[in-house]
Amino acid sequence: MRCWRDASILGMHAGGMTMCGIVGLYLKDPTLQASLGELFAPMLIEMTDRGPDSAGFAIYRDPVSEHQTKFTLASDDPDTDWKALDTDLARALICQARLDIQGDHAVLVTDADAFAAQAWLAESRPRIRVVGSGRSIEIFKQTGLPKDVVEQFKLTSAHGSHAIGHTRMATESAVTTAGSHPFATGLDLCLVHNGSLSNHNHLRRKLERDGIVFQTENDTEVAAGFMTLNLRRGLSLHAALEAGLVELDGFYTFCVGTADGFAVVRDPFGCKHAVLAETGEWVAMATEYRAIAHLPGADTARIWEPEPHKIYTWGSA
Amino acid sequence: MPKLDLKELGVRGVNSALHGIPNGANEPDWLITNPMGQHAIACGLDAPIEVTINGHVGFYCGGMNQQAGITIHGHAGVGIAENMMSGQVRVMGSASDSAGATAHGGLLVIEGDASSRCGISMKGVDIVVGGSVGHMSGFMAQSGHLVVCGDASDALGDSIYEAIMFVRGKVASLGADCVEKEMRPEHLAKLAELLNAANIDADPGNFRRYGSARTLYNFDIDNADAY
Repeated sequence: MRCWRDASILGMHAGGMTMCGIVGLYLKDPTLQASLGELFAPMLIEMTDRGPDSAGFAIYRDPVSEHQTKFTLASDDPDTDWKALDTDLARALICQARLDIQGDHAVLVTDADAFAAQAWLAESRPRIRVVGSGRSIEIFKQTGLPKDVVEQFKLTSAHGSHAIGHTRMATESAVTTAGSHPFATGLDLCLVHNGSLSNHNHLRRKLERDGIVFQTENDTEVAAGFMTLNLRRGLSLHAALEAGLVELDGFYTFCVGTADGFAVVRDPFGCKHAVLAETGEWVAMATEYRAIAHLPGADTARIWEPEPHKIYTWGSA
Repeated sequence: MPKLDLKELGVRGVNSALHGIPNGANEPDWLITNPMGQHAIACGLDAPIEVTINGHVGFYCGGMNQQAGITIHGHAGVGIAENMMSGQVRVMGSASDSAGATAHGGLLVIEGDASSRCGISMKGVDIVVGGSVGHMSGFMAQSGHLVVCGDASDALGDSIYEAIMFVRGKVASLGADCVEKEMRPEHLAKLAELLNAANIDADPGNFRRYGSARTLYNFDIDNADAY
């Protein structure tokens, strides 16, 4: 059994053999939201041994209004002129646009039509990648040690309702930031994955016929595309994951975030490590418990290994 | 009781201190604090000492244990007491997968549930689980006993050799070559002895016994086409 190939549509890579760590934190107590980053950053850093090559995280915060879209953009070009981007977009699409630069990423909020805005970005800023989109999701990822990624994107001081993250150890494919989260307008979907899928080529062709666009050959992107399509069709996250247990062949532990939900699911063989911990204030998921140990109340939390083939959800998932 | 603070000493520091205790030392009881889910805590012990760990541990805690008694006041990660030779490891919470993997001897007690592959390839250890076990428990188990006071998930005892399994609750399904067997007086007596040693209150009469049908030991000519 090959239990060591991991992937993530946080966009660390496009396929390849890796061994990684995944973490997730969902705050049930809203008073903790101011310290989400402070609680979550050590989780990501603790998984450095499992993934020292790159790290990424999605954080859910500051939802924009219904007629706005929030994009997270990334550029590999250090000379990117972010400043002109919002003004150019505003002029081109006669809309409002606000840009907040964070490291080599930027968060763009606009009231332009989401598809039009993305088409404009692809056309006039081809070197800029859209790494996340929705109303509250923001995604940041970078090569290097998790602690450096945490620092670059000021994760420790971040607030928010929930976050999921991934640390990557590349054992075969190159360490790059290329390969990004598929566009999922308004869905705020993000999925991290520890494992590998064996029927992704077949599923990718099927999903492409249904209009899902893929940016990489990554198997995990197929899992996200599958979830995206099912959520677009009106399924709940729980129902979409249930469909995934039937359609996705391989071994995986998924940690999934939506605008106000959080879910964990393992394949029927439970091949990849996973542990869950829950208190009255929070729910945490990690590849190893040590990533959770520092959280307040972890000592007395309910701790268990999620059962294979069972969907765990919190929030309105 | 001497205290070893893992946050201060690190895993290597704690394990070195425990390895340095000579046989017959005056301090038989040791306390480990702040385990913080770290891996390989109290591994490779070989002295008749009692080690208490206050908190949750990571992977492979108590691995290769000989003689020592290790009690974990919390959850245990993957591979608790893997390859234990003798002594006793007790988990007061639940355990992740592959508990007691390949262990040759001693007693492993898990008061809560054990996850998948509990007792995988066990080679003589006795394992008593107060709760339920996950799928593929007792996979290729060679000798020793696996006692499950709760339920067993799918494929119990797949490809089992000569280990003996007792389950009180429901068995979701049996793995290849695993069958239910008659509970004879010697089995009831052995089970009572194991429950007593584990300090778990359960009536041996409520358990069923499972073991190998022994059809995988020899090549079956009817399967020649499969090769």
